[in-house]
Amino acid sequence: MTTPATAQPGAAEPGAARRGATQRGGATQRGGAATARTAGAWRPLRSRRTQRGRQTRAAWLFLAPSLTALAVFVVWPMFQAAYLSFTDYNLMQAASWVGLENYRRLLDDPEAWNALENTLVYAAVSTPVSVVLALALALFLNRSMALRGFLRTAVFLPFVVSLGVVSIAWAFLLDADIGLLAHWLSGVGVTTQQGWLEDPSYAMPAVIAVGVWKNLGFYMVMYLAGLQGIPPELHDAARVDGASAWQRLRRVTWPLLANQTMLITIMAAIGTLQAFDQIYVMTHGGPFFQTETLVVFTYRMGFERNEFGYAAAVSWVLLVLVFALSMLQFGYFRRRAVTL
Amino acid sequence: MTQTARTPRTPPRSPDSRKSKGAAKARPSRGIDLALVWRVTTALAAVVIALAVLLPLIWMVLASLRPEQDIVSAPPTLWPRSFTLEHYADIWQELPFATLYRNTIVFAGTVTVVSLLFDSMAAYALARLRFRGREAVFVIVLIMLMLPFQITLVPLYDLLNNLGLVNSFTGMIVPRATNAFGIFFLRQFFLSLPKDLEEAARVDGASEWRIYWRVVLPLARPALLTLGLFHFQFNWNDLLWPLIMTSDTSRATLPAGLSLFMGQHVTQYGLLLAGAVLSLLPVIVLFLLIQRSFVQGIATTGLK
Repeated sequence: MTTPATAQPGAAEPGAARRGATQRGGATQRGGAATARTAGAWRPLRSRRTQRGRQTRAAWLFLAPSLTALAVFVVWPMFQAAYLSFTDYNLMQAASWVGLENYRRLLDDPEAWNALENTLVYAAVSTPVSVVLALALALFLNRSMALRGFLRTAVFLPFVVSLGVVSIAWAFLLDADIGLLAHWLSGVGVTTQQGWLEDPSYAMPAVIAVGVWKNLGFYMVMYLAGLQGIPPELHDAARVDGASAWQRLRRVTWPLLANQTMLITIMAAIGTLQAFDQIYVMTHGGPFFQTETLVVFTYRMGFERNEFGYAAAVSWVLLVLVFALSMLQFGYFRRRAVTL
Repeated sequence: MTQTARTPRTPPRSPDSRKSKGAAKARPSRGIDLALVWRVTTALAAVVIALAVLLPLIWMVLASLRPEQDIVSAPPTLWPRSFTLEHYADIWQELPFATLYRNTIVFAGTVTVVSLLFDSMAAYALARLRFRGREAVFVIVLIMLMLPFQITLVPLYDLLNNLGLVNSFTGMIVPRATNAFGIFFLRQFFLSLPKDLEEAARVDGASEWRIYWRVVLPLARPALLTLGLFHFQFNWNDLLWPLIMTSDTSRATLPAGLSLFMGQHVTQYGLLLAGAVLSLLPVIVLFLLIQRSFVQGIATTGLK
């Protein structure tokens, strides 16, 4: 791979590389590259400070596009959201400062409390369900069996497809009149009067089920990675000692998967706090706001009602929730980085 | 996951088949029968689980192939009473479907290429170059990894609106031009590459750009492929961002466009479902092609 780079520097170099080289003010650079053989002889004698300076300059140039984009499109909007949350901005007229008004309104707004409650219910139900199902599937699939690859692919497939698009199919399947799944469920005695997504007490479970369905394969793969990291000797030893399959799961597998479980739980919780696609397509937050989560509420306030200041305040509540969870994950990452 | 694709049906040699072997050893006379029964049972269970998980996708394909009346007639059935391809023929006229498709390809494709370039450049600096502030930059990237993108939604829309970029490809693509996850992912991979080639090139006087472009990038092909599929899949499937950034179908992508039609064209179920099938197809095909490295990428990023 080095051969073309050193043998024919001028000829084989693509335009982008040429620009990169000249950008760094590398008149000497290019000279050095062109006479690669001779340069090799004396370059190591150059002072380390020059080498260091060269690398520093190059590093910042390499980082420039990403850091600029992140600063403009992530960091600035985040602080701007904080500012807007103290204003009554509505896109039409200039923002005027209203202090804590949006946050006070948030405290008194039953719709906001409802959205927060729905978000927490969603996370609290779907996280443990996802983790348990993913673990069960991973244990089932970690043994040798016919059709194993097929099943893994099948379970993983929902993670790859667009939730926004597949939610269309789910909405059809759960429809009161033409829904196949609703029909089958009523066949085994599980019925709703209005259809699953129109029934206030069933809409949330339905939306949660779709969310779990979507991410299950992802968590399963992470569990499989964890299972494959467990040395087989441990299980053999336990078996020799007469441990039953359940005891081995309880005393060997489960403790050794603690890292995985922790990571998956936090990821699932963060993911569910941000649920949007399936809710927007399947129920739009209805019926009677029964499935409206914080992100859907933010969307409705900001982009349907143009109350951007208020929407920004809501989104900061979400930020606090997600950030708290993320710090857990971050601490966890660091702890693991040391042990690895 | 690695050995799955290649050796799904060679249980005796795979390491986790000890259980059945142990059972056979304990009861040699009935061991074979039990093993066979067990294999059939698990295989059946696998088929049932797979069908249950795939039901929405299977139903969607079958429903898109049946006449309109068949979709809405009661009682609903999984298997079509008759087949037709009319929805697939009509969709190109009835919905601005070709536009939606083109938009999605342009959006997801451009974002993938551009962000692979910028992510890998930043990752190269963070993994292979020594400079003051490197740790600080990496920590900032890590913090950004945790920020929910929804927080930035309102001001980002506002900014692009003021620049007149709402409902334009530029407005949709540029904020996605780089990605903290991509930088993190590639940095981890670049750290694992051997230093020898790079140092040889450096001694030979190659510029940093050339080392990045000619030495490191070619070695990183598997990681780039995985991340590329991540980016492509994520942006192809994304609903919220294109939904906000587009005001009409001239720039709408498939998920956003179809969810709009879900509300408007309630009478044309067949068209909607044919569109849904067509919009899922490219990502599914891509996934099946690069399945192994994709799934491995997830497993390893989960661990790191």
